[in-house]
Amino acid sequence: MRLMIRRLKPEARTLAIVPPYAWLILFFLLPFLLVVKISFSDMEFGIPPYGSLLSFEDEMVQISLHLRGYILLFTDNLYVATYLSSLKMAAVTTLCCILIGYPMAYCIARSNPRYRSLLLLGVILPFWTSLLLRVYAWIGILRNEGLLNQALMWLGVIDSPLEIYRTDVAVYIGLVYTYLPFFILPLYAHLVKMDLRLLEAAYDLGAKPWRAFLSITLPLSRSGVIAGAMLVFIPTVGEFVIPELLGGANTLMIGRLMWTEFFSNTDWPMAAAVTCVMVLLLLVPLALFQFNQVRQLEERR
Amino acid sequence: MTTRNRVLHWAILGLGYAFLYVPILSLVVYSFNDSNLVTVWGGFSLRWYRALFDDATLLRAAWLSLKIAFFTATAAVVIGTWAGFVVARMGRFRGFSLYVAMVSAPLVVPEVVLGIAMLLLFVEMGSLIGWPTGRGAFTIWVGHVMFCMAYVVVIVQSRVRDLDRSLEEAAMDLGAPPLRVFFSIILPQLAPALVAGWLLAFTLSLDDVVIAAFLSGPGSTTLPLEIFSRVRLGLKPEVNALAAILIGLVAVGMGIAHWLQWRRESARP
Repeated sequence: MRLMIRRLKPEARTLAIVPPYAWLILFFLLPFLLVVKISFSDMEFGIPPYGSLLSFEDEMVQISLHLRGYILLFTDNLYVATYLSSLKMAAVTTLCCILIGYPMAYCIARSNPRYRSLLLLGVILPFWTSLLLRVYAWIGILRNEGLLNQALMWLGVIDSPLEIYRTDVAVYIGLVYTYLPFFILPLYAHLVKMDLRLLEAAYDLGAKPWRAFLSITLPLSRSGVIAGAMLVFIPTVGEFVIPELLGGANTLMIGRLMWTEFFSNTDWPMAAAVTCVMVLLLLVPLALFQFNQVRQLEERR
Repeated sequence: MTTRNRVLHWAILGLGYAFLYVPILSLVVYSFNDSNLVTVWGGFSLRWYRALFDDATLLRAAWLSLKIAFFTATAAVVIGTWAGFVVARMGRFRGFSLYVAMVSAPLVVPEVVLGIAMLLLFVEMGSLIGWPTGRGAFTIWVGHVMFCMAYVVVIVQSRVRDLDRSLEEAAMDLGAPPLRVFFSIILPQLAPALVAGWLLAFTLSLDDVVIAAFLSGPGSTTLPLEIFSRVRLGLKPEVNALAAILIGLVAVGMGIAHWLQWRRESARP
């Protein structure tokens, strides 16, 4: 490493860092700043459908910040309810992913190494098939005359079909189903690296399996759980496709709201304001995720 | 493991994998259904596959999506490898935290946020410098490269960290300049990671609805946009046929990759 840096003259190193850095600033940071800017502009009819913040009149440069979007966001109950509902749905989804995903990741990591890579492939495979089509598959399963209701009625568990399709329950199923592999994979990577001798030592000292799990396995897999939970929670808050396909008219989620403001109402400043507040809400989980990423990078160095 | 534990172990795995695979299998089975009603079994038939291949709109959208996915994957691998190498090897330069944040954020930031942000960039650029003039395949491509790159970075940087440094050091001791070391020593060792990154970027681009919706213009309807607008209103049997074909391709591809890896591992002494 040191040899490489010594060979690379300082200018060469800068030359290697600057282009990807510039690309990221142009296509990632700058667009975000534009969203913030446009959230403060006024809606206009025309192309683009928003006004400019700066105006030059009577030898004065005027900056006008329009707060219409933000005022509406915090006074209209629909918006507040939508944010709360999105956060609730993301939290419940994350919890379900932890409850289903942890035992699965644990069992895969403790399986015979001969089957382990096959089991892992089984988790990765759905990840490679289209999300859109996999969510679409749930429509066929959850509908009133769908597979699930047919199976339950055939088994005699229920007499009349359950209404699941186009309700919040269907959205939860779709979200957990879609994001489960995102939770299992980082957690598995942590569990499989764990030094099993620690567990043996705990058993030798007389610890019950449950106690050994709580005081050894769980703490050691903590950053895997955090990484997985954030990979589920953050995108779920802004999810659009799943609530749109499986949810009903009263399934409130920010992604849908923002989509309506943008495409149906062509109110770009309002859509931008909705987006800004969403990112602000996600700032804490995003910071947690980034902190976890940087720490993992440094641990491996 | 005690017997009770083993039963629990396989029960958890069995239920978990059933949850992951029942929807996928149901798509494939019902794609051979003769009935117009998607959930009622009317006998075996290939009629939806025939309908699929007569559907010019769907085929045109599929061709456009394949082209965009190909160019996205290629560009994402080039930029992502560069960016990932910088994360793994350039030490802690000034602004390292911001760099890591920007490079990994597209993994988690909701797609609607990325979509509107990229769209506003193109609109502002269009009114400032007159380019790009409209939205279409090109703007979708840039948007896809942006978010697919993050996945390539994750794959490449973890592979770069696992490389054996002694080969590079030997090359440098023999007087190879850094670029030569990169292209003839490092890059060949990264090949599996680059292939994995390319395929992942290709799949992600081929599947994206949200970013494409913001960045597409008239005449640039991609396959996911076309499917989405059809299934929004309910079940469409020809979509089942399409899904079965795509799932088949992925399964075969993954099977081959797995078999090659398994053969390489068992060939090792």
